[in-house]
Amino acid sequence: MDYAIILLLQIGSAIASLVLLSIGLAVIFGMMRVINLAHGEFLMLGGYAAITAYNKGVNLWIAMLVVAPLTVGLFGALVERLVIRHLYGRLIDTMLATWGLSLAMIGFVTVVFGNTVSGISAPLGSLSIGGYRTGRYEIFLIGVAALLLVAGWLVLRYTRLGLIARGTMQNSAMAAALGTNPSAVYAVTFAVGAALTGLAGGLLAPLSGVVPTIGAAYIAKAFITVISGGAAILSGTAIASALLGAINTITTFAFTSVLGEVALLVAAVVLLRLLPQGITGRFFRRAL
Amino acid sequence: MFLNRRKLLASTAAGAVAGAAGPFVIRDLHAQDVVKVAGIHDTSGGLDIYGKQMVATMDLAVNEINAAGGVLGRKIQLINYDPQSNIQFYTQYATEAATKEKVAVVHGGITSASREAIRPLLKRFNTLYFYNTLYEGGVCDRNIFCTGSTPAQTVEKLVPYVQKKWGKKIYTIAADYNYGHITAKWVKKYAQDNGGEVVQTDFFPLDVTDFGPTIKKIQAAKPDLVMSALVGAAHISFYRQWAAAGMNKQIPLASTTFGNEVVITSPEEHNGFVVAFGYLEGIDTPANKKFVEIVHGKYGIPHMTELATMTYHGVHLWADAVKKANSLDRMKVIEALEGGAAYDGPAGKTTIDPKTHHTVLDVYIGEAKDKKFVVVEKFLQQTPADTAAVCDLKKNPNENKQYVIDVKT
Repeated sequence: MDYAIILLLQIGSAIASLVLLSIGLAVIFGMMRVINLAHGEFLMLGGYAAITAYNKGVNLWIAMLVVAPLTVGLFGALVERLVIRHLYGRLIDTMLATWGLSLAMIGFVTVVFGNTVSGISAPLGSLSIGGYRTGRYEIFLIGVAALLLVAGWLVLRYTRLGLIARGTMQNSAMAAALGTNPSAVYAVTFAVGAALTGLAGGLLAPLSGVVPTIGAAYIAKAFITVISGGAAILSGTAIASALLGAINTITTFAFTSVLGEVALLVAAVVLLRLLPQGITGRFFRRAL
Repeated sequence: MFLNRRKLLASTAAGAVAGAAGPFVIRDLHAQDVVKVAGIHDTSGGLDIYGKQMVATMDLAVNEINAAGGVLGRKIQLINYDPQSNIQFYTQYATEAATKEKVAVVHGGITSASREAIRPLLKRFNTLYFYNTLYEGGVCDRNIFCTGSTPAQTVEKLVPYVQKKWGKKIYTIAADYNYGHITAKWVKKYAQDNGGEVVQTDFFPLDVTDFGPTIKKIQAAKPDLVMSALVGAAHISFYRQWAAAGMNKQIPLASTTFGNEVVITSPEEHNGFVVAFGYLEGIDTPANKKFVEIVHGKYGIPHMTELATMTYHGVHLWADAVKKANSLDRMKVIEALEGGAAYDGPAGKTTIDPKTHHTVLDVYIGEAKDKKFVVVEKFLQQTPADTAAVCDLKKNPNENKQYVIDVKT
């Protein structure tokens, strides 16, 4: 019984980590069709922002939940104004530009912090369930991921801001004709995506630590999740995370963590062969 | 002056050769003043935490030898190369050191991959090579001296120690490349030899950062202890997640690789971990205390590992052998090293084993405590039994390969 609970918690935690890794990318890629190859480095920057703030004496929760998203959000806004906005609609060019950006970020962070691992201990301590122990922080992350999804849905579905964003993404010319400023909407959306990524980077830092090159470990999973999810950014990401996270965890428990990763990739390949437009390209098409 | 045709031809030919070789002749004249020694260590990139301290200790050893008059009446000039954690630069710099600089010896290489990239190359250029890193064992080549410890030396002592302390059932987690696989086999062998068992072994690619499922699996397997041969930056997250789940209070952990990690993780995360190396900073001898003080102070290295200390030993071993051979000739130095060369330094006594070109060294078991290791037990003069099982350079001096040591379990 306790083993079943621990297994479920672990699946939940794998799903949460996929949601966190990919939600910012889902906003930037899903809404704006910008392939941000620097996504992994945005996560890395969030991690460094949180750790640096914490080491400077800022409260850990503020460092992770406020400093990290603010820093990366502002950085994202800057990048959007300087680079991305010149490249809307030019998919290959944005890929090149963001890839270059990722290399520059790795180089810059290496120069500033050195190519060594930094980290902080995870807060909240541990919890025993029957004969097992798990970190409370992992459960906290499940809560944060769920909260982010719900909040995102509420904003997009019920607020004027969400409506304008959705409208601009669907048809920017029409949205402009109705009196919105697409350029500003794009900038805000990109910054929000970057801020979500920074938040995820800050939240994951206590578990995995950060090195300048840690983005590489994250980016593949983020893209696989978002692309498997399909057009509906929130429900797509949620469903794809749930599916891939569950497959990964169950295979890891049954066999090894290498096979767990293999199973995740195989599942994504099969999924995209059957549903080239992603899960929400076929199902839940009217979802957000 | 009378010239016949033959003399004229001979002298102009010699002149042409001398002219063409001009810059080299001048350089060689200059080189008479110093003995060049190369160090190839990654001081940037992912391996820099090890590379920087190895460069520091090599510099220290060279300075000491020079202060005592150098070798053969000449000063040693240290040439440092930084291959930036990139194998391609290793071959480039090793070639440069051997051909352009014509160094007397090359010290360097951190990963086994980097060693295997330059070992054949230095053999071809007849340049003596010292590899000072602990590794999986099995290299058999008369041109190389491996001063670091191998699994038979450390794991053989570590496994019985922790089994006696904590219990017989071991769960092994290891990095997914040859070092991890070979070490895991040794752990299994010694666990069984001591009447215990390895309940499960899991391997992790070097970029894995999520150990959540593994930590739950370990709990389900209920071992008496966990043996870690995890390697590199990403794997440090295991220790964080292990502590975050409160497991460090539940199941004790021993490791063959947890070294510099002691600086990066916090005391709450690592206190109580047990390790075995050929050197620990906490060794309580005057020689080591002085050594640690200089390296901390003058070089600003926060924590010393076996890699850096064996680099220091390696340079001294080489210099002593040159003095003994009274020559820089490669074969004469090799023979001097094979003739029972030994160095007594911060890590204790290191003796070259002539059959394997590995070292007989002291092995220390240490316990992590507040960002340091306390030596809890030491085993004097451990032989490199694993490499010795496959390699005998006395009998087969022309061998040139790395054996994959078959561990019978």
